[in-house]
Amino acid sequence: MKRAQGLARHGILVAFAMILSYVEAQIPAFWAVPGMKLGLTNIVVLLALYQMGTKSALVINGIRIFLVAVLFGNGMSLAYSAAGGLLSGLIMIILKKTGRFRMITVSIAGGIFHNIGQILVAMALLQTKALAWYLVFLWCAGLASGFLIGILGEALSKGIRLDEM
Amino acid sequence: MKQQKWKKADGILIGIFLVLGLLGGVLLFLLGERGQKIQVRVGGEVQAMYQLADNGRYHIEGVEGGSNTLVIQDGKAWIEDASCPDGLCMHMGKIMQQGQSIVCLPNQVVIEITDAGAEQSVDGVVR
Repeated sequence: MKRAQGLARHGILVAFAMILSYVEAQIPAFWAVPGMKLGLTNIVVLLALYQMGTKSALVINGIRIFLVAVLFGNGMSLAYSAAGGLLSGLIMIILKKTGRFRMITVSIAGGIFHNIGQILVAMALLQTKALAWYLVFLWCAGLASGFLIGILGEALSKGIRLDEM
Repeated sequence: MKQQKWKKADGILIGIFLVLGLLGGVLLFLLGERGQKIQVRVGGEVQAMYQLADNGRYHIEGVEGGSNTLVIQDGKAWIEDASCPDGLCMHMGKIMQQGQSIVCLPNQVVIEITDAGAEQSVDGVVR
């Protein structure tokens, strides 16, 4: 069954994900679109998913979303972040479970849906279709960032085992 | 982790994602109608409305003394100057289609192309 993962291990990963989230927030987004991010944090969730299991990935992702919003954001950013993070996490879990896709592909899907989730929430809350353009831009940006994160993830997987930290 | 290989399933899924992305862009571009009016909102409230035919430079007063310069020319609109620290609104390109908008978050300024009725604002003032 499941090995008991160390609390400390999860804590370190949450902290790392938070740092990545903070770092990428410092980089000005070219399109000034709400939610346009590099998606660096997904690297932690992705590796956790593959090396520690679904539950760990969900926990790390969830806590990271919550803490980042509480510390650096507000109610709005929590909504966007939660929508994007959870949707992307779910998609990645499902795709990985099928066993038919490699990590890069799973990451691409995660990147896309991370952004799409945020934009959909924005469209619902702001009641505007004007964001439809951003949907397209973010779809492509998510694809690209997911691809890069996926490559990074596969490369790191060769050397790092999160469950043996 | 053992070496992963590209499989057909990967190609198909990624291919679908790429196509959807492209399709979305193409669809929006084709279906988008050229807008007629452009609405300026500051802090959520409509400040002004212009016609896309009203060529010129317009000053927008954002929140907390911020300012943006809206330029309308040849049926397109963009922000040329802004007091905000990031200046992202100036890089959002020129808009001309129904529904497109440019946002300046620090100044809470939104310029949007819309034909929606201007219930709260006037198109112009005749003196």
